[in-house]
Amino acid sequence: MFLYAPIVVLIVFSFNQSKSRSVWKGFSLRWYENLFRDHNILEALWTSIEVAVIAAIVSTVIGTAAAVGLKKMNKGLRSVMLTLNNIPMVNPDIVTGISMMLLFVAVFGATGLFRPGFGTLVAAHITFCIPYVILSVMPKLNQMNPSIYEAAQDLGCPPLKAFFKVVIPEIMPGIITGMMMAFTLSLDDFVISYFTSGSTAQTLPMVIYSMTKRRISPKINALSALMFVIVLTLLVVINIRQIREATRKRNEKFSG
Amino acid sequence: MSENIISLKNISVSFDGEVILDKLNLDIKDGTFVTLLGPSGCGKTTTLRIIGGFQEPDSGDVFFGSERINDLPPHKRKLNTVFQRYALFPHLNVYENIAFGMRIQKKKESEIKAKVEEMLKLVSLEGFEKRRTSTLSGGQQQRVAIARALANDPRVLLLDEPLGALDLKLRQEMQVELKRIQSRLGITFIYVTHDQEEALSMSDTIVVMNHGVIQQIGSPTDIYNEPENGFVADFIGESNIVDGIMHADCDVEFCGARFECVDTGFAKDEEVDVVVRPEDIVVVPKEESALRGTVTSVTFKGVHYEMYVDVPGEEEEWIIQSTVAQEEGKEIGMTVIPENIHIMKKYTGDYASDIEFE
Amino acid sequence: MKKDSWVASPFMLWVVLFTVVPLAMVCWYAFTDSTGAFTLANIETIGTYWGYLKDSLIMGAVATVLCLLLGYPVAYVMSRASWGTQQTLMMLLMLPQWMNFLLRTYAWMTILENNGLINTLLGKIGIGPFHMINTKGAIVLGMVYNFLPYMILPIYSVMEKIHKSLFEAANDLGANRVQTFRRVVLPLSLPGVITGITMVFVPSVSTFVISQMLGGGRNPLIGDVIERLFVGAAPNYNVGAALSLVLMVLILISMAVMKKFDDGEETGGLMM
Repeated sequence: MFLYAPIVVLIVFSFNQSKSRSVWKGFSLRWYENLFRDHNILEALWTSIEVAVIAAIVSTVIGTAAAVGLKKMNKGLRSVMLTLNNIPMVNPDIVTGISMMLLFVAVFGATGLFRPGFGTLVAAHITFCIPYVILSVMPKLNQMNPSIYEAAQDLGCPPLKAFFKVVIPEIMPGIITGMMMAFTLSLDDFVISYFTSGSTAQTLPMVIYSMTKRRISPKINALSALMFVIVLTLLVVINIRQIREATRKRNEKFSG
Repeated sequence: MSENIISLKNISVSFDGEVILDKLNLDIKDGTFVTLLGPSGCGKTTTLRIIGGFQEPDSGDVFFGSERINDLPPHKRKLNTVFQRYALFPHLNVYENIAFGMRIQKKKESEIKAKVEEMLKLVSLEGFEKRRTSTLSGGQQQRVAIARALANDPRVLLLDEPLGALDLKLRQEMQVELKRIQSRLGITFIYVTHDQEEALSMSDTIVVMNHGVIQQIGSPTDIYNEPENGFVADFIGESNIVDGIMHADCDVEFCGARFECVDTGFAKDEEVDVVVRPEDIVVVPKEESALRGTVTSVTFKGVHYEMYVDVPGEEEEWIIQSTVAQEEGKEIGMTVIPENIHIMKKYTGDYASDIEFE
Repeated sequence: MKKDSWVASPFMLWVVLFTVVPLAMVCWYAFTDSTGAFTLANIETIGTYWGYLKDSLIMGAVATVLCLLLGYPVAYVMSRASWGTQQTLMMLLMLPQWMNFLLRTYAWMTILENNGLINTLLGKIGIGPFHMINTKGAIVLGMVYNFLPYMILPIYSVMEKIHKSLFEAANDLGANRVQTFRRVVLPLSLPGVITGITMVFVPSVSTFVISQMLGGGRNPLIGDVIERLFVGAAPNYNVGAALSLVLMVLILISMAVMKKFDDGEETGGLMM
């Protein structure tokens, strides 16, 4: 299939003895060795993970609270906020990236504070993750029977406790989906990071980009192969479980 | 009378090794309102889908008049379907939904317009042309679905539990409406339902089905008054069904008492099912009948009282409907006139589990 | 209950700070010069970039059309397959998306290069080499490859929701397969098509990564120009902001047109 050919080529040549990306010179693991000796790459990987974890957690908290609040908001304000929420999703990444870059550069220029780097990178990632969290939590909130929150209070639960005991578990699937989306989006992002990270922080995609510009090392192939295999195993495990679950539910629905 | 418009000959269908229809034979007369009635899983919807062409039988033939139509795809059959959940096209408004079939036939716009108006009038939805189907109530959507199917001038209209999703009052209104439309157009309606009341109030002919086999075909009164077996008796209205023994023609014993009946042709001492409708039981002082029991509960049902009576030696309580209430705990006698005792061949299935649906 | 809406305030603050203010700054920069004085000069210089803009729009459009032509049949087949097959196909489709798109694009670099895989293989049977990398074709290929799933998924998800009974109803009313497709499936899948088109067109038009990797900088797109104006050797935020603004407006216009087209189709049905 069209979608897989390039990936297969990439992986095959990660085991090539020579530097060539087109001529097979025999099997070797040297590019994997080189990869693990490259501090630059390892450090960037670590940065990527840190950014993704922080962005996922913060955007999930802000986004979930936002979804809850938006539901209770009056209509006019809500539709304005939802439109604003959509902006980072419909805007081209490059525009989102440069707009935030302008802000960060201007703030740093004016105050000397918030030097573009890890902090601005995280802020930018949180910004483009929040809309996805909101969008995955909102439908769950709408599906929820609003009486259960009232029922909990009726049974003597104070509002805040009722919220955590009843509402949160009910919308948990949406929150989890949102958080996972945020995490993967953050890990995967290149364009916005490229403009907002200043010169001090580098994520893995940024390192990859600079490597492809120099067009030399099959280390990239090795890296791709590794990432692909890891993602593949994870996904296969998760998906098989999900498909089984879904199929079971579906069968129950139809036979019931 | 008129000739058959649809005939099914020896239709069998199985799915995953389970028999859905077993050598089914059915003739449907032109211009009648026929109902296929039975619990879910009895094969009634499958039968309808075979007539509509949406499902192929494993074996057997489908005739439209005298023409065999097994290999004719649905869009070439001269019949139309009102689907279970309406299946209106969400991207089209009421007018365009009804016009759909005529547009396929490339009819003239003036012709289409006239027909759509006629159809909307028929289903009492004048002025709804421009409405989106999603803004209509369930009952209105149902009417659009009927109008859409009728706009193609079918000889036969298939209706698959069309009133299932409506509430009780609307359902009763639509029953009257459907019957009116059918007699006005004079075409054949084949109607599928599990609701016996619906079947009794609308049909010319009822086909009672169970486990892919036709149990009885007859007019509503026949089916109600002369059920051919215990299943039909139990499915149509409430019944007391007890074990009995035919000692001779017109002489039956059940619940330890002997009764005169009108059935003949059974073997001597053959074990049979005896069916007595609750409204056919006459309460008498206990001394006047050999069939006695104790009233265990009395419920007022509006027109009548429903009473349960514990008859000694019987597993299940008898059910009686009467306009006169009895006292709970009182011992009463019960009699039935010979015409109201229905004797049937033993039915081996379990009525209760057969009737379980949805 | 209204009082509980305060929980959305961190979000509102965040949106204002990191979405509204930055966009306002883009506008501000677009209409000022380096000293901060109001000017239309930035907007006027856009004329000199018209060629890049036109190239981007054309290539984005070509990629989008190709994605539609490839993706629509796939989505259709997928939506009509059995439940298990649908799940498997979906997984097969999504799997490559989990590999960073830089890597996916890089894979095409190694395949299309002058001494890359295709040319090496062709050389063995005595033809070529063909010049493939650093061409517009290569860029379009990269766009199609990277964004095809964005076309398939929305179309698939609307098609999958079309209930089987609608096919039967159309059939019942006399429509054959082709007519059913044209009169039922096509109009009902249109919202998915519109979403798909925007999801492919927007990133295609604004990309600079694909054009740099597969176009080798020889076919710069508007994204490349903007990128260089911000992080290049001679940055000019003002012109860059002006170009971004124009890009944004162009995309908004094309989305509005698409939306109009979508609504028009739906209501147009009444009169046909």
